Amino acid sequence: MNAVVTQAGFLTSVQDLGRTGFRQFGVSTSGALDPFALRVANVLVGNDESAGGLEITVGGLQLRFGDERIVAWCGGEFDVQIGSRVLPAGHVAHLQRGKELKFVRAQIGCRCWLAISGGIDVPVVLGSRSTDLRANFGGFEGRALRDNDVLPLRTWPGSPPPATGISSWTAPHDWASRASRHPNLRFIRGVDWSRFDDVTIQRFTQHEFSVSPDSDRMGVRLDGPELKRQDKTDLISEAVAPGTIQVPPSGKPILLLGDCQTIGGYPKIAHVITVDLGIAAQLRAGDGVRFSEVTLQDAHRLLMERERDLERFRIGLSLQRA
Amino acid sequence: MQITALGDSALIVRVRDQFEDAPEETLNEVFRAFQLLRDAGIPGVIDLAPAYTSVAIFFDPMVVAKVSGKPGELFDWLTEQVRKIVTAGAHRGRRVRSTRTVARPVEIPVCYDPGFALDIGRVAEQAQISTSEVVDLHSRSEYRVACIGFVPGFTFLAGLPKNLATPRRDVPRKEIPAGSVGIGGAQTGIYPLRSPGGWNLIGRTPLQLFDPIKDPPTLLCPGDRVRFRAISREQFAAFAEGSQNDN
Repeated sequence: MNAVVTQAGFLTSVQDLGRTGFRQFGVSTSGALDPFALRVANVLVGNDESAGGLEITVGGLQLRFGDERIVAWCGGEFDVQIGSRVLPAGHVAHLQRGKELKFVRAQIGCRCWLAISGGIDVPVVLGSRSTDLRANFGGFEGRALRDNDVLPLRTWPGSPPPATGISSWTAPHDWASRASRHPNLRFIRGVDWSRFDDVTIQRFTQHEFSVSPDSDRMGVRLDGPELKRQDKTDLISEAVAPGTIQVPPSGKPILLLGDCQTIGGYPKIAHVITVDLGIAAQLRAGDGVRFSEVTLQDAHRLLMERERDLERFRIGLSLQRA
Repeated sequence: MQITALGDSALIVRVRDQFEDAPEETLNEVFRAFQLLRDAGIPGVIDLAPAYTSVAIFFDPMVVAKVSGKPGELFDWLTEQVRKIVTAGAHRGRRVRSTRTVARPVEIPVCYDPGFALDIGRVAEQAQISTSEVVDLHSRSEYRVACIGFVPGFTFLAGLPKNLATPRRDVPRKEIPAGSVGIGGAQTGIYPLRSPGGWNLIGRTPLQLFDPIKDPPTLLCPGDRVRFRAISREQFAAFAEGSQNDN
């Protein structure tokens, strides 16, 4: 069974939770830029958390379903419609065969993740269904979706849900929709924090940076007060990760996202914590962003709390379905 | 050995501070640490990334929290495990040499034809030698894969003869063909995929360096010893055709 892409939109790609285990070969993570949002959407439709879904950028996607499916989406503030009805973030919709699902455009933020019951049935390449858009492999033919593509869907193992239409219950709001025009991102000190002087650190932590238009899935480019290093020595390239904020010689920081390279030679001033990566994934040109420091212990505690809450939500949902 | 957090789900183990003063020994130490960490299989560790002087360890904090039994101190617990594994292995390596890194030798055919070697003149000028001497020097040396990155399968090779070192182009090319062999600063490397890039191009290999459906997905692996063998334009064409017939 399948879904027809009647309109592909600005940039839509098949993604799951990303690719791990191949960094030594230079293979990036790829994957949903907010893996947590895709996990929540997958849990909502009864999928395995790691099932393949769609990442929709800015909007414009239109899908027609070849059979009955349950869908849910999480991410930015998008206007999503099923016929004339609105499907809000974090709700579950039961779609009849032939129905159309339409992502009009993002009001706030720029990305969202759609889960379809059964998941998208593209081949697993290097352990993942994610599209590597830079190296052109994985996902749907290694590329972004185009008009008239036919997306293969897996058969849903669960029994068909009793209700039809759109659910009244929902995922917690701050999970379903995390976009903001002026977010605050929490960070822990970077590997090269001590290479920056007090003035630079003060600039980094007290000013708002604006998101530059040349941002993409590799990274968010930021404009703001110049960040300067104290020393001039060339650094030896080493690993970077999604969340790393590196400072090139231009003094304009880059916040790396899921498609970033595996290694880099620029100094790393900070790392955005895992629970805030989903907020970073929503940044679009003109948004303003501030950074505030937390400890590594705090970052881990926040992550564990969120995982515990997701586990409770999952149990609650399965009781409701039983 | 210095261990630093690379965010809340990764850390960097710096085995040495410097690279250029002793590349061979540094790489041996890095790859020994890499192999020891890989073989140790610490629960929760999901990826390892060696590069020049360091090995990065990517982990799932939830799993490490559980295994360590100390959710509040999971980073300290993990750091301690890493130290134990790397230092114990280093002592053992010195005594019985059992964990000495075995570097795989690989030969890469390269066509240095002017049609592929768009920047060989610039390299020759910089070194104040002829272009055929550039080819001789480049193909006579032995290199080591110091790391793979930039794009999947892009090999950064250490061991370029010092006089061939040439600064990157001021304006990077928007598109470089797959298989292009280049010089960027003190390093040489091969572009596995069509991509943008600023290195000086001196030749091209007909071999496919990255294939995501193979295991491993790259022709070269970190630590491999590499030699280039100069081939003619005809041999290049024959090679390219042969590999096409394989598919």
